[in-house]
Amino acid sequence: MTFLQLNDLKIHFPTDDGLVRSVDGLSFQLERGKTLGIVGESGSGKSVTSLGILGLHKGGRAKISGEIWLDGEELVSASPEHVRSLRGKKMAMIFQDPLSAMHPYYTVGDQIIEAYRIHNNVSKKVAKKHAIDMLGRVGIPQPDRRVDSYPHEFSGGMRQRAMIAMALSCDPELLIADEPTTALDVTVQAQILDLMRDLQRDFNAALIIITHDLGVVAELSDDILVMYGGKCIEYGSADDIFERPEHPYTWGLLGSMPRLDREVTERLLPIKGSPPSLINVPSGCAFHPRCAFEPRTGGKGSTLVPDLVETEGGHLVRCHLSREERRDIWATEIKPKLES
Amino acid sequence: MSETILSVQGLEKHFPVTKGLFKSQVGAVKAVDGISFDVRKGETLGLVGESGCGKTTTGRLITRLIEPTGGKITFEGHDITHMKQGKLRPLRRDMQMIFQDPYSSLNPRHTVGAIVGAPFRIQGIETEQGTKKAVQDILELVGLNPEHYNRYPHEFSGGQRQRIGIARTLALKPKLIIADEPVSALDVSIQAQVVNLLEDLQNELDLTYVVIAHDLSVVRHISDRVAVMYLGKIVEVGERASLYSSPMHPYTNALLSAVPIPDPKQREGRERIRLTGDVPSPLNPPPACRFHTRCWKAQEICKTQEPPLAELAPGHAVACHFPENAPSTTETPATVA
Repeated sequence: MTFLQLNDLKIHFPTDDGLVRSVDGLSFQLERGKTLGIVGESGSGKSVTSLGILGLHKGGRAKISGEIWLDGEELVSASPEHVRSLRGKKMAMIFQDPLSAMHPYYTVGDQIIEAYRIHNNVSKKVAKKHAIDMLGRVGIPQPDRRVDSYPHEFSGGMRQRAMIAMALSCDPELLIADEPTTALDVTVQAQILDLMRDLQRDFNAALIIITHDLGVVAELSDDILVMYGGKCIEYGSADDIFERPEHPYTWGLLGSMPRLDREVTERLLPIKGSPPSLINVPSGCAFHPRCAFEPRTGGKGSTLVPDLVETEGGHLVRCHLSREERRDIWATEIKPKLES
Repeated sequence: MSETILSVQGLEKHFPVTKGLFKSQVGAVKAVDGISFDVRKGETLGLVGESGCGKTTTGRLITRLIEPTGGKITFEGHDITHMKQGKLRPLRRDMQMIFQDPYSSLNPRHTVGAIVGAPFRIQGIETEQGTKKAVQDILELVGLNPEHYNRYPHEFSGGQRQRIGIARTLALKPKLIIADEPVSALDVSIQAQVVNLLEDLQNELDLTYVVIAHDLSVVRHISDRVAVMYLGKIVEVGERASLYSSPMHPYTNALLSAVPIPDPKQREGRERIRLTGDVPSPLNPPPACRFHTRCWKAQEICKTQEPPLAELAPGHAVACHFPENAPSTTETPATVA
């Protein structure tokens, strides 16, 4: 059985201005030891998805439907208490901003000890030893001294390491990292990405990495899911997404990015317009107002929501253009421009 | 070589660190510690570095938003280092700034028309068909709808707000624009739009840019020359092509190799340099070469003697005792302090 499986997950928030469809029918699977990268721009629903899996929207205003299967258990219908007992132990999260995710009044050690003792019946002394081990494991120098430091005494990179130590303290099987390196400098980002790669190998956890940076997903992911307007618009292996992308939005993302590994291009190829508001998602294909190829769909773009269809060996695309059209456009119109 | 529009020599900014009731000074954060560079007319100079390296402070010093501690800034032949605000005001027409955060840099209680029209009002400039027409022309130039003249900033998306900020800087047809992280707060697809806009405007209006950014790929895309900063010093400066293809300073090398490449195929084969630790505090920077604590090539001399910024190849200068990729004509490392 698959370790993590989402079936048609919907997370909607009723607001005074209307219903916000943050996640609107998301399905995917993830095995232990594998890494899934979720890519999307702000407001595409990627962070809401991660909080939804952890059950952090329960009891709030959110309307959640669909299924989340984690190791044989269904989480959407489970009680908040039960999901809480899984959090930390079975699944854990690394947040974007470690300074606001940690409690400023408690030492880093105390925070790790607390999490560890909730799930393990051990003495404080044993838990502290474990905390020191974990801090050492993530590369914090002098962990026996740093365990008594407060979060503000750590630098940004060290704080992110401490948060990874906290997330891993109970040996979770599913680890979700939401923009884990966005707040960090590039040299420190490289250290943290290396660390996450090594730790995942050691712990054999399933890892979901959520980011807007295609470079980061390319470094870590086995599979990639591209989100737009609360829906998955393309899913495939890292090679599929970077070598044979088939959705116009994915093309747009690739064209928007200046790349160090290629010759300097004359101009970037941006996507026109801006990402949609989730209260007012465009009718039909959510991407159609920004899509350069919408006229070729014969008017379907603005009226019909395209299905997520498999194009080849696990590569899924949600687009009205036919497979042949998409491949033709990629090969003749997009790829040459990206590589020129 | 075209003429120099801005020249910076030995620029310093030390922020005092005070303690106690009487605010006695106990130290100084040397945010910018003696940097020199020239900006030529019509070019784009990129200023890159990690957080705390002094790149933003440099931008604010050049525009005289903060007072320099030492050094000299020459803009179009005028020494503006300590020029009085009243005398500086006419020069401000020619030198404008684009800010990083399109949310906090626009007054939420002013309409777009008032924001973009403010420079005309402050400088007392009359335009032929009135300020409104002039503002609408600029809005159109940066790709906004001129009919949005009466709207407020909150009615716009992040990318559109950044366009408003750009419109404001363009109002008085400046010659030099300092852009401090102009795209880092924007989504990827919007980033590309704004980068293209900046390039179009440069060609159309004959602008000179100093672009301050931490994203090495964006800087490579838009700059003609690039200066790399580390802890308040310029460690390397050169033409874009030579700096990116054959970086001489170990720090530049490490920075470039740390950038994640969006190509899963290169995941394994790529040669990586991994720096250990973090950037040291600018309150107490390492002596001599400031990079020696993280440098894998560091030797005794690096801890005792500060390497000067020396031009090792035409237009490519580096401050390092043991530069990489240096042309073979320079055999011995530069040791003159």
